[in-house]
Amino acid sequence: MATNITKSDELLGLDRDALVEMLRWMILGRRFEERCGEMYQVGEIGGFCHLYIGQEAVAVGALTPLRKDDYVITAYRDHVHGLLCGMDPGRIMAELFGRVAGCSKGKGGSMHLFDPAVGFMGGHAIVGGHLPLAVGIGYAIRYRETDQVCVCFLGDSVANIGAFNESLNMAALFQLPVVFVIENNQYGMGTAVHRAAAIENLADRACAYSGMQGWTIDGMDVLEVRGTIEMAIDRARTHKLPSLIEAKTYRFVGHSMSDPNYGHYRTKEEVSQFKSHDDPIKRFIERLVKRQVISAADLDSLEQEVKKILDDSVEFAKSSPIPQPDDLYSDIYTGEFPGIRRRDPWR
Amino acid sequence: MALITYRDALNQALREEMRRDPDIFLIGEEVGAYQGAYKVSRGLLEEFGEWRVRDMPIAELGFTGLGVGAAMVGLRPIVEYMTWSFALLAIDGIVNAAAKLRYMSGGQFKMPITFRGPSGAANQLAATHSQALEAWYAHVPGLKVVAPATARDAKGLLKSAIRDENPVVFLEGELLYGMKAEVPEDEDFTLPLGVSDVKRPGDDVTIVVHSRPVHSALRATEILEREDGISAELIDPRTLRPMDIDTILDSVRRTNRCVIVEEGWPFCGIGAQIVDDIQREAFDYLDAPVARVTGADAPHPYAGNLEQLHFPQAEYIVKAARRVCYRE
Ligand SMILES: Cc1ncc(C[n+]2csc(CCOP(=O)(O)OP(=O)(O)O)c2C)c(N)n1
Ligand SMILES: [Mg+2]
Repeated sequence: MATNITKSDELLGLDRDALVEMLRWMILGRRFEERCGEMYQVGEIGGFCHLYIGQEAVAVGALTPLRKDDYVITAYRDHVHGLLCGMDPGRIMAELFGRVAGCSKGKGGSMHLFDPAVGFMGGHAIVGGHLPLAVGIGYAIRYRETDQVCVCFLGDSVANIGAFNESLNMAALFQLPVVFVIENNQYGMGTAVHRAAAIENLADRACAYSGMQGWTIDGMDVLEVRGTIEMAIDRARTHKLPSLIEAKTYRFVGHSMSDPNYGHYRTKEEVSQFKSHDDPIKRFIERLVKRQVISAADLDSLEQEVKKILDDSVEFAKSSPIPQPDDLYSDIYTGEFPGIRRRDPWR
Repeated sequence: MALITYRDALNQALREEMRRDPDIFLIGEEVGAYQGAYKVSRGLLEEFGEWRVRDMPIAELGFTGLGVGAAMVGLRPIVEYMTWSFALLAIDGIVNAAAKLRYMSGGQFKMPITFRGPSGAANQLAATHSQALEAWYAHVPGLKVVAPATARDAKGLLKSAIRDENPVVFLEGELLYGMKAEVPEDEDFTLPLGVSDVKRPGDDVTIVVHSRPVHSALRATEILEREDGISAELIDPRTLRPMDIDTILDSVRRTNRCVIVEEGWPFCGIGAQIVDDIQREAFDYLDAPVARVTGADAPHPYAGNLEQLHFPQAEYIVKAARRVCYRE
């Protein structure tokens, strides 16, 4: 059943370092995406590029309490999730630039970031396609009898695709340590949630699966997200039970770089309303300032620190070479694949 | 050697590999308690337990992805489809995930997964249950595709498929499960992927054929020998991707004539690719246009007589061989 956890002003009992660390991640996430937008405008980044601006509280709240050996998997709006797992910002930027120093050697791009060495399992661009993979990771955890967990992020539109039911059913049936986090940013491209889903709160669908708990929460409140995910992680780690969290959030920018911030499917007023009253970073800062956890000077130095990381990552990406022609045919298979170029005499 | 069925040969391959490597597990509909819809997994649940032999809900997309996800973190899943026609619901997991993850990640993943199950027509199961879709999978870079025609090939190739670090689509013949052959009992017996098998040597015409029609083609070679004095060489590529095209080309350069047979539809079929390879690499050796014998370019009918008409029968293979030998 969907339940709201009580909004606590106790800052979840987190110490200053932990709170500042969360804020730092949120600012890094926001500024990284802004920088991606700029790099897209100047033509360094191509293809589909989906920015996470406005949704930072979800990934930051959900991923800061994870252990290093846990797994994370998400859809194509994936830069910030990758960063939070510990991926190198320079290698992400280089990937977006289509360079060999990119995490996927320039062959995956924005929608397909991967770094299994830090537990980041992608970066998946087929809507709903990664949910069954999350179930497989959960199955492997049980198979090996470890106490890791897998956190799987999904968009609101995924609640309506067949893979959603197949995956949640199997996660509950086999009692797998998977936490599903719906990032309900109110739209799947231009389709408002209520125009696609015949249900008000998507997390209510958890009640269709025995042993699964559902929560619908304020996804603009990073501490509410963190408090909820901690309960879900404990259920997964200790009791091998899956959960479904729906974090209500909002994307401040267009669906991808080609979609204007507002226009046909949502109004300028709606967007600015969210930006001025429900910006997750502003809300968190206000709270931390009020509780005297941080000062204006702290904020300044965080911004400086983040700016340096971004400047370095762009520098790193620019300095990396583009892939060699031979890379077209590498990494398709392990080992030799006889005759792979046989039907290609021209290239 | 022991004379066993294709079904039992597959069962042996599964059992031996699962005993050898604890990371291997089998999932699919009815693979456990029911002992396999076609009894290929008989006795495995009892021996290996439910985490290694797991019955799945009827959710092809879901359990295909379950396998792919487990392979991403290093396990070696075997995913059984009750038939390959049902795997159409799972093609996203096979084509968009399994085949692409290594490439899209710049080589960060291995994908040691085997997708297997019966393919092709059975007896009067009509259009949704009778399809040979190997050309679809053979089209996709990142996949390997295997289609054994005999019990011996089935065992040796399945063991190699399971040991491979890449995703392998393994198409069994629904009508071959009961067919017997001599099969090595040695646990180390494997057959390499990507190597054609000359199932019958000959001098006058090359017949290329895989999966169940191999047996119709063998009958055709006997008729050709007996009635026409034509000595046909029968080559079974066994692996359709990567295909050992050199063995086929070497044969065509000797016989100068070729017939290509498959159960699937003609348009964009496996044979169409082989014809292209031959015309590019052995054009000057051809004494006649290459002929193809395929399933009819129609959905598979229910009525017994029409179904027989749909198959690439021995009779048509004989006709085609006579045509390319100018003996009509
Ligand atoms: C199976 C499939 N259908 C359609 C698309 C095209 N598409 C990409 S993103 C998207 C909207 C998804 O919305 P949502 O899941 O809410 O995620 P968000 O973009 O809001 O983060 C669509 C339709 C796709 N990638 N995959
Ligand atoms: Mg959405």
